[in-house]
Amino acid sequence: MVYSMKWQKKYKGLQRRKAISGYLFIMPFIIGFLTFMVKPFFQSLYMSFCKVEISSGGFHMLFDGLTNYIRAFTIDTEYNRLLTEDIGKMTYTALAIMVFSFFVAMILNQKFKGRAFVRAIFFLPVILSSGVILGIEYDNSLLASVQDAIQGSMGNSSITSIIQKILTTSGMASGALKKVFEIVDGVYDVAIASGIQIIIFLSGLQTISKNMYEAAEIEGCTGWESLWKITFPMISPLFLVNWVYTIVDFCMRSDNQVMEKISNTMIVDLNYGFASAMAWVYFGIVIAIIGISSLIISKGVYYYE
Amino acid sequence: MNKEAMQKKYMSYWQRNKKTQGYLLKKDIKNFSYRIIRFFLLFGMCFLILQPIFNKITISFMAEEDLYNAMVISVPEHFTTSNYMLAAKFMNYFKTLCNTFFVSFTIAILQIVVCTVVGYGFARFEFPFKRFWFACVMLVIVIPPQTISSSLHLHFRYFDMFGIMKLITGHTINLRGSALPYYMMSAGCMGLKNGLYIYMIRQFFRNIPKEMEEAAYVDGCSTLKTFIRIMLPDAKPILTSCFLFAFVWQWTDGFYSKMFLGNIKLLSIQLPQIGEQLNKYLTHTLNQATGASVGYTQCVISTGTLMVILPLLILYLFAQKGFVESLSSTGIKM
Repeated sequence: MVYSMKWQKKYKGLQRRKAISGYLFIMPFIIGFLTFMVKPFFQSLYMSFCKVEISSGGFHMLFDGLTNYIRAFTIDTEYNRLLTEDIGKMTYTALAIMVFSFFVAMILNQKFKGRAFVRAIFFLPVILSSGVILGIEYDNSLLASVQDAIQGSMGNSSITSIIQKILTTSGMASGALKKVFEIVDGVYDVAIASGIQIIIFLSGLQTISKNMYEAAEIEGCTGWESLWKITFPMISPLFLVNWVYTIVDFCMRSDNQVMEKISNTMIVDLNYGFASAMAWVYFGIVIAIIGISSLIISKGVYYYE
Repeated sequence: MNKEAMQKKYMSYWQRNKKTQGYLLKKDIKNFSYRIIRFFLLFGMCFLILQPIFNKITISFMAEEDLYNAMVISVPEHFTTSNYMLAAKFMNYFKTLCNTFFVSFTIAILQIVVCTVVGYGFARFEFPFKRFWFACVMLVIVIPPQTISSSLHLHFRYFDMFGIMKLITGHTINLRGSALPYYMMSAGCMGLKNGLYIYMIRQFFRNIPKEMEEAAYVDGCSTLKTFIRIMLPDAKPILTSCFLFAFVWQWTDGFYSKMFLGNIKLLSIQLPQIGEQLNKYLTHTLNQATGASVGYTQCVISTGTLMVILPLLILYLFAQKGFVESLSSTGIKM
């Protein structure tokens, strides 16, 4: 009662009419959300605790406790391995994508001849890395093997492998360094996954006013210092956006092994309960990663104005 | 310019340099070397991105024996277009292309219309539980569609509008394989990456000054009319870029297409099946004993990939500004 009084006080006359039209505007979303998101969301959560039986008349769900989860972690031979591999890969690729896209955005923000052309090329991956094309790109191992054969016959090897050899023999190649080499070797994957991130960083860089840099230069600030003291704080909110976007994008990629396994279990084996359980475990882990990392990042974010 | 004047200028540069105690020369050398390094970096990275496409193009013109010839790397020895013929045949290219265009176009239009309305609602109105509903939009962005796909699968397999169908006809209808569920989902903002479009469009509308809207209201414009006549014309750039994204992503999308549009022949569904088709064709039609070799399969598949992305590349060439420039002007924030 008190609440409705308050509501009426706060929203009356024009305000109330506007609130109603606001609701009318977002109505499609509310309806879609309730029918196509909330219901399947809870249903698939429930399904993950069930044994789903499919007959010609419909489907029945028998409550089965944690069986599906236990099966995913202890009985299934692949799931644990795929999950850890995928999460690990996600972490370091996301980091590499962040660094790469920030670096490219910095360069593309400068003025030089042919900038429009270069920009056009860098955003091409937005098309090339989408949907099924990425999965096919991934399979295209023939070229790699042919190249390997040619290189092997000529006695050459790539620069990275030579450097790696030198560093390994000198005892400097630790685990972290190996990851770095892995990223360098897979720089194509990184470049192709960072189209949108470059655009977002670029949009942030363009909003920083030139006066700040000028003032800093007059005060005797070097370029390196103004990168850390001006550029980073000013676009730090975008690091958060990009980080979340990168992780979400990684989960939805078509060459994601865990997702492949889930959809195979569902479409080929028709084991809906087990598929939902695996999907929920994956989703839970990803949400936890996003939540924790954005909490950490948001502490360092600086909001101008 | 005569020689003397040249010399004068040359001299004066060194003199100027001397006056700054070598600073000018140092700075010029620094700038110059920086520009050269930047050129090589950019060149290398552009090459990195473009190389697979060039590779695909050259391979698509090669005959089978060229693939295994170590001497042939980028220029085919036996020039042929038979790969294109085969890929077009397996994908049923022209019919599939028309289907894909139709589906992507209609779905992109539908999604953007709905997302614009919703995004505008979030940007310009105050109503109770606004933050809650916007959190729901964020949730839609974050939830991978695969998580709920098992349930959606069954939802449309045994589709029933609030139990009405079962009352009348006695059984539910199977909507899997028809395009209707996906259009319904798009109308409810639950299509591919729709949360992202809502977010971007809302971000754009938030930056329009309030005075515009107020002036319209004072002049007696209704809410809907203000939206259509005042706000929409301003939003053209962001809407075109969202539309282009929706179109392209729908074109290449495998997940939703496989799940909901299985019966319609789409490029994104036909493409991964090329390898199988090639094998069948070789063994059954040409009566070869072994089927297709790995290299040849890959060659035809990459030709098919080229044919799928070709319309998108052409679109990108003409609408490159629409993709990029409008997005960078919106100022995405969190």
